Amino acid sequence: MRIPLSWLREYAAVPADATAEDVMAELVKVGLEEEDVHRPTDELKGPVVVGQVLSLVKEPQSNGKTINWCEVRVVPEGAEQTLTGDGIDPSGVQGIVCGAHNFVEGDKVVVTLPGAVLPGDFRISPRKTYGHVSAGMIASVRELGIGDDHDGILVLSTLGLDPEVGTDAMELLGLYDEAAEINVTPDRGYCFSIRGVAREYAHATGTGFTDPAGAVVVPQAKDAGYPVRLEDSAPIYGRPGCDRFVARTVRGVDPSRPTPPWMSARLRLAGIRSISLVVDISNYVMLELGQPLHFYDLDRLSGDIVVRRATAGEKLRTLDDRERTLDAEDLLITDASGPIGIAGVMGGAATEVSDGTRNVLIESAHFEEVGIGRSRRRHRLPSEASKRFERGVDWNVADVAAQRAVELLLELAGGTADDAVTDVGQAPAPRVIDLAADFPARLIGREFTDEQIRGTLTDLGATVDTVDGGYRVTAPSWRTDLETREDLTEEIIRLVGYDTIPSTLPVAPPGRGLTRVQQQRRRLLNALAGAGLTEVLSYPFVSEKANAVFGMPDEGAPVASVKLANPLSAELGYLRRSILPGLVELVKRNSSRGFRDLALFEAGAVFLPGATLGTESIPPLGIRPDDDVLDALYAGIPDQPQTIAALFTGHETTPSAGVVPRSWDWADAIDVVQLMGRITGVDIVVRQGSHQAFHPGRTAEFSLRSGEVLGYAGELHPKLIAAQDLPARTVALEINADLLFDAAADVIVARPLSTYPPATQDVALVVDSGVVAGDVLETLREGAGELLEDVSLFDVYTGQGIGEGRKSLAFALRFRAPDRTLTAEEASAARDAAVALAAERFGAVQR
Amino acid sequence: MSETPEHAGTGSPDAQVPDPLDASSVAAAVDAALADIAAAADLDALKAVRIAHTGEKSPLSLANRGIGALPKEQKSAAGKNIGPARGRINQALAARTTELEAERDARILVEEAVDVTAAPRRRRAGARHPLSTLQERVSDVFVGMGWEIAEGPELESEWFNFDALNFKPDHPAREMQDTFFVEPPEAHLVLRTHTSPVQVRSMLERDLPIYVLCPGKVFRTDELDATHTPVFHQFEGLAIDKGLTMADLVGTLEHFTRQLFGDEAKVRLRPNYFPFTEPSAELDIWHPGAKGGPRWIEWGGCGMVNPNVLRATGIDPDVYSGFAFGMGIERALMFRNEVSDMRDMIEGDVRFSEHFGMEI
Repeated sequence: MRIPLSWLREYAAVPADATAEDVMAELVKVGLEEEDVHRPTDELKGPVVVGQVLSLVKEPQSNGKTINWCEVRVVPEGAEQTLTGDGIDPSGVQGIVCGAHNFVEGDKVVVTLPGAVLPGDFRISPRKTYGHVSAGMIASVRELGIGDDHDGILVLSTLGLDPEVGTDAMELLGLYDEAAEINVTPDRGYCFSIRGVAREYAHATGTGFTDPAGAVVVPQAKDAGYPVRLEDSAPIYGRPGCDRFVARTVRGVDPSRPTPPWMSARLRLAGIRSISLVVDISNYVMLELGQPLHFYDLDRLSGDIVVRRATAGEKLRTLDDRERTLDAEDLLITDASGPIGIAGVMGGAATEVSDGTRNVLIESAHFEEVGIGRSRRRHRLPSEASKRFERGVDWNVADVAAQRAVELLLELAGGTADDAVTDVGQAPAPRVIDLAADFPARLIGREFTDEQIRGTLTDLGATVDTVDGGYRVTAPSWRTDLETREDLTEEIIRLVGYDTIPSTLPVAPPGRGLTRVQQQRRRLLNALAGAGLTEVLSYPFVSEKANAVFGMPDEGAPVASVKLANPLSAELGYLRRSILPGLVELVKRNSSRGFRDLALFEAGAVFLPGATLGTESIPPLGIRPDDDVLDALYAGIPDQPQTIAALFTGHETTPSAGVVPRSWDWADAIDVVQLMGRITGVDIVVRQGSHQAFHPGRTAEFSLRSGEVLGYAGELHPKLIAAQDLPARTVALEINADLLFDAAADVIVARPLSTYPPATQDVALVVDSGVVAGDVLETLREGAGELLEDVSLFDVYTGQGIGEGRKSLAFALRFRAPDRTLTAEEASAARDAAVALAAERFGAVQR
Repeated sequence: MSETPEHAGTGSPDAQVPDPLDASSVAAAVDAALADIAAAADLDALKAVRIAHTGEKSPLSLANRGIGALPKEQKSAAGKNIGPARGRINQALAARTTELEAERDARILVEEAVDVTAAPRRRRAGARHPLSTLQERVSDVFVGMGWEIAEGPELESEWFNFDALNFKPDHPAREMQDTFFVEPPEAHLVLRTHTSPVQVRSMLERDLPIYVLCPGKVFRTDELDATHTPVFHQFEGLAIDKGLTMADLVGTLEHFTRQLFGDEAKVRLRPNYFPFTEPSAELDIWHPGAKGGPRWIEWGGCGMVNPNVLRATGIDPDVYSGFAFGMGIERALMFRNEVSDMRDMIEGDVRFSEHFGMEI
């Protein structure tokens, strides 16, 4: 909401020298946040004066244009030119070249003299052009920044003005005024008016307030007004769509009258374009009192006005000239011809006021909030009217606003008002709230005097009665947001001052610290960083294809993805099933910035929808749903396991003196997953795996001992690497961290350490090349028995002496007994047993 | 060195064998040996000197051997001449060896010197993302106060995100949240617009009293620019207990703010509106270390939990009251760590994380 200060000063004690910033500094104390300042003089600087065209000579030019060489008087005849400076003619008459043709000798115009600055940092100075020295400019409204019209210069008589030559035109056009723009929270619709903000300013400063509604004398309603019937057959939440309709008739207005500059200046500062005097008056009254009005061309109305719900499929051409198909829930204003407006949202084109309108019917109605909001959303028609109705308008101000509009029409547009007044509807019951005397103190944590409670609420406009143990408060009609004792308490502390709230530190009961999983996650992520990986965060928005490739091991299998209804980009319209597509994008971004040796990781949720997605209905607010309803809500929320993914490209380190950097390869991805297992104390099983995003021969699948699959690691599929333009041999991993943490033992049981010396034995086993080392290693472990402390693969050899299709695997076995020094015979026997089992299972032959 | 030219050749094999009974000729041999020992420039030279003067063919060894042929009564005198003479030479050899070894060792260390500034980088330095570490740091402050950390899903039911928090179905406040909705709309699923649904879950699932902090990722349909991102992080606090007041809210925020911004930090509340709190306030903090000087900075929202929220989770507002607050992690990182462009922290440029290492 933009508040022109001159307007605010009419109703609140704003100091004459206060700036928009000063006003906002006061308003923010009562919760109206500052947004912006609108000050024409920031862009427009004088001298800008009223001039009179003394002579105008048309001079055709060789380029086909005709220019006017004008002599313009800028000080009254006989008076002295008091301005000095380059280009200011001491005679008081300026020579000016002007390209516009919409004026004649004798017209009074706006002259920007040398030294003036126009919006866009356009500096006026004398300049040679078309054979003359043009010392100033005759301005258009656009050049002055007060309108869009650039067809010609501003002739002041068109605004109904005949000021004295030399008058300060900026004063005349209201350009010294400025506006404070504030943010109005959705609970305080009454602040979408000068009336509401003036009251808040008075609250903030402790100064006086004059209610603009109080100055208006409203005539008694009479039966003979324009006939209006309220016939809402389908109220929303039991509240009628329209509970008051005031109609007034003004006949014989002069459509040729211009809007006076003081009014158009205020509208402009308030952010509303001047359209025509009649329309401007309706907007002016809305801004002043917060009551949206609609003006009909009386001569285009036929029959009684009926306010009713639409029938589905009914049509209306709205005044933005679009045909709209109406919904059965839309509340309509209708006459004998059918719909003439969507109530409180937008009027119809057929009955709108036009340049020729002489007889006006004023509608000043009160509409229910929810229905207006729904119609506005349905038809995507945000308007100044709907904004106010949705947030609640003062029921009591409808007749006042209508009267104010009548008075302005009579004063500015001429005409006469019918005596007859239509005012139908039923006032809603006032909201009465009981407030225990000690409640504000209990909620805020400080004491309040009776005066602070009673005085504050009375200042707000509430009626406060004393009842046993406290207060009975009747909320003012414009404060539809006040419903509970907490609402009243907020008002009390808001006006007494939030800065008076003391500070006490509550003591929480003894806590349990971070949960086990929270601790595990921290340790694991820190360990990954310690291992040289860099944590990044990517957005969870991915394409359908990315989910199909990365989010599902088997190619072609059906993939359930969560689709967004309103994504930021249509392409990335799904929630990720895998973190890897996001990391791929980050690799590309880093690469484009010159960083190609990368080890990135991210921990976050992936979204795996199951059979049920959400719930069809939502329980109401303010009441705890039954357990089965809650269970259904929980069950409808897709599984979102915490997932850790990493992507490696390029080299482990950057090249440096004496070091040849090592390229990341598939083994790094596998090793990092194994590292996670060692850190969390979880036994991770690795086997040859298959995942469509990975190289078919270079993929490891990880699982728990229970068989549950944790995830995958290895080299990305070469086709994918080519398609994504990633560096060759990019490797990746992705595992389900929830499963990993869950598998970790709560308590790790220590193993006794034998201090007897170890006996080590190496064996080289020749097996078929299709046999995987991990299986042989597991077999050796099994066959060696309890004396085996550790076994590791230390060499793989193929080639001479091994035979075609065979390979040699070399293992180091370390034996140790808990209670004695092993003899060489014992160690050899255990080794032989291990080899024998490997021979049995894989046909392994010891070299 | 005091050696003189005439001694230079005394170590030669054809040196004169001294007469063991002639003390002066023995002394001359000793002098010759000592001079050679002193003149030996390195361990190799000293080795040659040792052989020349103490080896089997050295003059004194030969003289010593000659004692055996002497008459019995002369043997003792000869031994007294030769023995100490050999002792002196061995002593001088040992001393010179120690000296030369020390010189050699020192020389090797000098020769082994490296340019430490040219050391290659072998270990890769990883990093946590500052948004993660800042969340952890904030969490630790509250854990220190006895609070617990609560978490919940990012894709939520509308009920948890809105209705339970007293957002009326048709109220404009609901639209202010710029919500990502999920297809189909009838499923009533949204990407959470704040971490408040975790508060609702906490109230439904935990025993009273409740003191929880809910950090996490949230979503709004803002396009990415220097100050907005559609995906960002918040931490929200919730305390439900008997007799909690707005003063307790102020005290909690004050304590927390000082842990993060120093003892000079202060908080200021300004009236505002949220459906889920009443009274509601905007939270400003006085940031003593702000770039360009101490100033007030808008950080978040807070207030006393609306009784409708308590009712929605089965808590009796006549018995319990509570307060809640919520702040942005990105915003905190911007003004605490002087990040001027939001995009730097969310575009995944490794330089951003790596600059922080594991610290915040």
